[in-house]
Amino acid sequence: MYTEQVMEHFTNPRNMGEIADADGVGEVGNAKCGDIMKIFLKIKDGIIEDVKFKTYGCASAIATSSIATEMIKGHSIEEAVALSNKAVVEALGGLPAHKIHCSVLAEQAVKAALWNYYDKQGIDPAPILGENALCDCHDCDHCGE
Amino acid sequence: MEKFIYADNAATTAVSNKVLEQMMPYFSEQYGNASSLYSFGQKAKAGVNKAREQIASAIGAENSNEIYFTGGGSESDNWAIKGVAHSMAKKGKNHIISTAFEHHAVLHCLDKLKKEGFEITLLDVHSDGLVRVDELEAAIREDTALVTVMYANNEIGTVQPIKEIGEVCKKHRVIFHTDAVQAVGNIPIDVKDAAIDLLSMSSHKFHGPKGVGALYIRKGIVIPNLIDGGAQERGRRAGTENTAGIVGMGAAIEIAVATMEERAKRLSEIRDYIIDNALKIERSRVNGDRKHRLPGNVSLCFEGIEGESLLLMLDAKGVCASSGSACTSGSLDPSHVLLSIGLPHEVAHGSLRLSFSDENTMEDAEYILSVLPPIVERLRLMSPLWDRIKMEEKENN
Repeated sequence: MYTEQVMEHFTNPRNMGEIADADGVGEVGNAKCGDIMKIFLKIKDGIIEDVKFKTYGCASAIATSSIATEMIKGHSIEEAVALSNKAVVEALGGLPAHKIHCSVLAEQAVKAALWNYYDKQGIDPAPILGENALCDCHDCDHCGE
Repeated sequence: MEKFIYADNAATTAVSNKVLEQMMPYFSEQYGNASSLYSFGQKAKAGVNKAREQIASAIGAENSNEIYFTGGGSESDNWAIKGVAHSMAKKGKNHIISTAFEHHAVLHCLDKLKKEGFEITLLDVHSDGLVRVDELEAAIREDTALVTVMYANNEIGTVQPIKEIGEVCKKHRVIFHTDAVQAVGNIPIDVKDAAIDLLSMSSHKFHGPKGVGALYIRKGIVIPNLIDGGAQERGRRAGTENTAGIVGMGAAIEIAVATMEERAKRLSEIRDYIIDNALKIERSRVNGDRKHRLPGNVSLCFEGIEGESLLLMLDAKGVCASSGSACTSGSLDPSHVLLSIGLPHEVAHGSLRLSFSDENTMEDAEYILSVLPPIVERLRLMSPLWDRIKMEEKENN
């Protein structure tokens, strides 16, 4: 069902944990749906200096969080902003159709952390990340309850 | 050697060697068509009839002619429920009583019948996963055509008060069907004593082969065919007899019943040992009543983690298990069984089912208990939901 890359990231997740003095923290998903992702960013001179994640969810939720952190660590903020769920799926060698939403969640978790970062900097995140960047709905009817 | 523990016997079981031995001749030696008149065909027929006797005897049927072979448990459920519904509708009876936690083979039949105009009452199974007989009796109406209540639940293993339900149905002259797929071969069944009118069973749940099942239909109950065609099964279920499968089912049920008492004792020890020790993990719970429970069923929930991750980590340690989380059920919601006993979604997502058979030992239990707590801990370490639970705990203290 899962590719080797997914199983590898699930079994040996990268950057798992928290950053106590994070510059940006974002959390998406909800317990009722069965997945929550939380991303912590440490940003210096426009570069993602450090990133950590915590995830409650299935193997693909853990694997997508893990690889998303790997894909932005050491990269510029602009590159993190541009991280798409499609790129996450590709990096994992594909996901089963009903798990694609995990990659969407991973993209949104990164965006949520960036949103929090810009907010703290006194910069309006909306024009940079898009008005709807924080909508974490994925075709379920639990959100908004 | 790499560790391998199969603890998903409620999903399916291995065909035992003794069963396989008895099946083998029917593939390439006694391959005759059981419906053919020549003696070669009649030898195959003899195998089928022996199996029919074995099954009738295992469930206490009056006559082996009350046993009809099918393609499995789902077909038996479909035939029984749609058959009774359609035949009773002609008498103006359009109401069916069932429970919220039936197998989908039952629930999806009921959905279909609802669309046809039948009225369905689904009984509450309460937090202990048990039907209340007084509530069932109160739900019976003049136009009730059928009561269908599973003998034992496939996920949480709770055994229903079948005899009491049978008596109530008999008193009110309502036909009673039970999906006994998880119960047959594991706990004693007597269709006469429990006043059961129709009973579904599936061979691969008790070390028989897959793709064969049976429906017990009490003499005198006439339902329309589900599969039309040839005159097999006394004209009530068409299709060339799956001789080897049927012979295997007969052999398997005979062995299962003969060894039931000893096995039930052994498996319930394994079950209770695992449950007692797993409950030492904080924020864990056992699902379903502990007393009225299949000998080999363990169903647990661990808060703050998700079932699919748990299963895959157990798999990496060589343990095959199952879960009712949304991710494993293939939908966005966790299993309807866990929701039916009132579990919140987020708790049901963290479920684990272990189901044991003949082949499991106390050593398996020890091994599972050695790998399970560290896995739960590891997943909780990753989980922001667990952090939240702990924080709320702190605030409340």
